[in-house]
Amino acid sequence: MSTITLPERVAPSERGKLIEMSWDPITRIVGSLGIYTKIDFENQRVIECHSTSSIFRGYSVFMKGKDPRDAHFITSRICGICGDNHATCSCYAQNMAYGIRPPDIAEWIVNLGEAAEYMFDHNIFQDNLVGVDFCEQMVKETNPGVLDQAERTPAPNGEIHGYKTIADIMRTLNPFSGQFYREALEMSRLTREMFCLMEGRHTHPSTLYPGGVGTVPSLQLFSEYLVRLMKYVEFMKKVVPLHDDLFDFFYQALPGYEEVGQRRVLLGCWGSWNDPAVCDYTYHNMEKWGNAMYVTPGVVVDGQLLTTSLVDINLGLRILLGSSYYQDWGDNGEIFVEKDPLGNKIDRRHPWNQTTTPKPQKRDFNGNYTWVMSPRWLDKRTGDHLALDTGGGPLARLWATALAGKVDFGYVTATGKSVKINLPKTALMGEAEFEWRIPQWSNTIERNRARTYFQAYAAAAALYFCERALDEVHAGHTKTFTDFKVPDEAIGCGFHEAVRGVLSHHLVIRNKKIANYHPYPPTPWNASPRDSYGTPGPYEDAVQGTPLFEENPPEKFKGIDIMRTVRSFDPCLPCGVHMYTGKGKLIDVQHVPMFGAAGHA
Amino acid sequence: MVETNGTYAKHKPAVKEVHIVWVTAGLGCDGDSVSVTGASEPSIEDLVMGAFPGLPKVYLHNPVLAYEVGDEFMNYLYRAKEGRLDPFVLVVEGSIPNEKIKQEGYWAALGTDKQTGQPIPTTNWIDWLAPKAFAVVAIGTCATYGGIHAMEGNPTGCMGLADYLGWKWKSKAGLPIINVPGCPVQPDNFMETVMHLLYHAAGLAPPPPLDDQLRPKWLFGATVHEGCDRAGYYEQGQFATAYGQSECLVKIGCWGPVVNCNVPKRGWMGGVGGCPNVGGICIGCTMPGFPDKFMPFMDEPPGGRLSSTAVGLYGGIIRTLRGFTQRTANKEPKWRHSRPKLTSGYQPTTYSPAG
Repeated sequence: MSTITLPERVAPSERGKLIEMSWDPITRIVGSLGIYTKIDFENQRVIECHSTSSIFRGYSVFMKGKDPRDAHFITSRICGICGDNHATCSCYAQNMAYGIRPPDIAEWIVNLGEAAEYMFDHNIFQDNLVGVDFCEQMVKETNPGVLDQAERTPAPNGEIHGYKTIADIMRTLNPFSGQFYREALEMSRLTREMFCLMEGRHTHPSTLYPGGVGTVPSLQLFSEYLVRLMKYVEFMKKVVPLHDDLFDFFYQALPGYEEVGQRRVLLGCWGSWNDPAVCDYTYHNMEKWGNAMYVTPGVVVDGQLLTTSLVDINLGLRILLGSSYYQDWGDNGEIFVEKDPLGNKIDRRHPWNQTTTPKPQKRDFNGNYTWVMSPRWLDKRTGDHLALDTGGGPLARLWATALAGKVDFGYVTATGKSVKINLPKTALMGEAEFEWRIPQWSNTIERNRARTYFQAYAAAAALYFCERALDEVHAGHTKTFTDFKVPDEAIGCGFHEAVRGVLSHHLVIRNKKIANYHPYPPTPWNASPRDSYGTPGPYEDAVQGTPLFEENPPEKFKGIDIMRTVRSFDPCLPCGVHMYTGKGKLIDVQHVPMFGAAGHA
Repeated sequence: MVETNGTYAKHKPAVKEVHIVWVTAGLGCDGDSVSVTGASEPSIEDLVMGAFPGLPKVYLHNPVLAYEVGDEFMNYLYRAKEGRLDPFVLVVEGSIPNEKIKQEGYWAALGTDKQTGQPIPTTNWIDWLAPKAFAVVAIGTCATYGGIHAMEGNPTGCMGLADYLGWKWKSKAGLPIINVPGCPVQPDNFMETVMHLLYHAAGLAPPPPLDDQLRPKWLFGATVHEGCDRAGYYEQGQFATAYGQSECLVKIGCWGPVVNCNVPKRGWMGGVGGCPNVGGICIGCTMPGFPDKFMPFMDEPPGGRLSSTAVGLYGGIIRTLRGFTQRTANKEPKWRHSRPKLTSGYQPTTYSPAG
């Protein structure tokens, strides 16, 4: 077996050998993703994993020569669930290129829109897509023993959220028939209405522009937002304890479950929500205004915060090719940016200097087999090209923010080892404080748990932004736009957190047109496997070696622990068009599997 | 002729069940699937759980929401292909790449061919499923007309579904392709269209009436401007000169007067949001000519100056002048076709797709 091709269903007598299993497409995510594995059923471990994506569209190709002011309208279309994150990030990059700073109220409006996006997107993904992997119907099909135990296990926070047993929580997550499933879907609409109040339409906004917004700030606008927000705040007071109960139960019911989807702590966060008092969009001051963001940017390696500087983060970006359907630009690509505005050298493999040339071809798991490239971050201390992941977004955001200890705006405080979220009294419930503590592991359960806590964080931040926006309206500051002219030559970069993690946009303008444009969303980071240096990437690393707790034999195997792991990263493949996966590896079917070979430091 | 026996509730649907097979594997962003989860008039739950009298039971097979994964999900597509999932409505999301312009590989694929181990191009699925479908619905501007991925200079040669299947294509039930454009689709516009298609399938209604661009007439008959609450400013000659002002946006990039779309009237979700009504210029995202004919988006549309200056003139003249622009905006650019030579103007830097 030298190539991964097709799932092979084998007779029970052959168990003990490695069995190829694949899931293509992975559903309940956004976009096209296939997962191809080799599994040792006797020892209940995944031995090898490859991921592949089968769609190419070519944004970096067709954006060349277009008016740079079109960039946020175009790049929004990269993603159908977090398109606004792209539009926002593109406006950030354009603001830098045009040398402009939007009025404060415009910044609060963008922050409110993006907060609503986090509230909506994490909510629908967690409770309508991921939640199905933990619902009664699924657990009955994969782990009937666990469901029995759930029936007998009281939910510790039952008095708060109203579900008596863990099995009751699982039942309420059943698709469409579950009451909480439907409530979450309804809540995802309420939060999208909040989004539309600020950014016009979901998911491709109509009111965002470089220089500000078209939204007309009025007392009505913010009161309509606030009314909906407080309903969500009340909702979160039940949802955080509900998910804590569900996730804690899996550790309890299945000892060793912390190993599922576990990988080394290698987390990246590019920061979210600018503070208009500090952010002037100049590259020179980027470290300073990056550190003033309401989610702190940072790179966390083995529990250590390496940097919070967006300049360091920018300089470390590298785009590696390998087994993808592109022509490598190698030494032939044009160098668009030799040095950044601070005089630092910009690498040939940095997004500013990337040349994208698609080359469609047959899929060959020993050669090229996907449309996705591989971003990496160069650790200057070691020279390693780190395969950072985002932990699905929230895990990295909370981890970097907690360690940095910079955020403190009343409703949210970072303590150096935790993040405290204070939700004020709402119509039916008293105030509540939730504390997210840095977990022991970067694993499937903690990626999911962080998502719920970040929903509460986003709600708390939105409340703060709404109060600041009202201050501006009361002070009569309602101008939302700073005019500008497109310069003949300019460069810009934008850093943001898409819902599922790091997002950067790199722009080069020549003759008032786009000469180069490369967006790097979270999914290429998360889904990129072994690169040309042999470094395994997050999905593969997290799935490879994972223990399997599913009770089904190979003939009926659903791969639930693998599905939970892949979904914990919140895959969004339309964002992954530059992603590629590493080379297929020859394996000996007699080989004794080694758990942890792929870098559990 | 449709006979209802008095109430819809007493009517026995012509078919008991309808499957909706939703292929998102065009060149898209899944934004239309996501958008539709926001619909409330009706919602997905309303249709799936049987909230309306007279409608058949609906089984939805959409990859963003499906319980099943991998082969278990693909099984529905294979059953549809083999005629064992009847009747079904095929929903296509994303633009259709031109797989003829290159020698090997694929631009877009779904599932794996069991014989060769190679991905199955999305165009194969369309070829297999469209002839078996009761009706075919293209959702979003990518699937309807090509959209953003069919922009000038694109490398994939992609196009709308009607460019691929043919504009005169008819389903086995005699229905033309139903186009519900929008980037993304306005959630309720799509769900409402499906609802009326299901009334037709149930024998309770004629087919949804479509215009010459195959759009539902009742949704796309009026222009953005006709439904925009800022049109009064236009009438008074009051135009915004910067984003964030309350007046009419036509001088800073709004194409509303010539774009067929109901969003300012309907709002985006639950009546909230929209485009020019809430300060966002209309960039023509529902139109066959999108995006090329509307770029650069932030410039004043050609002809905008004339019509906004001439606002005092007799309305019929204005309508005639707008008619010219509207006809152009309702035409796709000429490079969206299924011929084997790419004509989008794409110039590869280091590599030629033909060789």
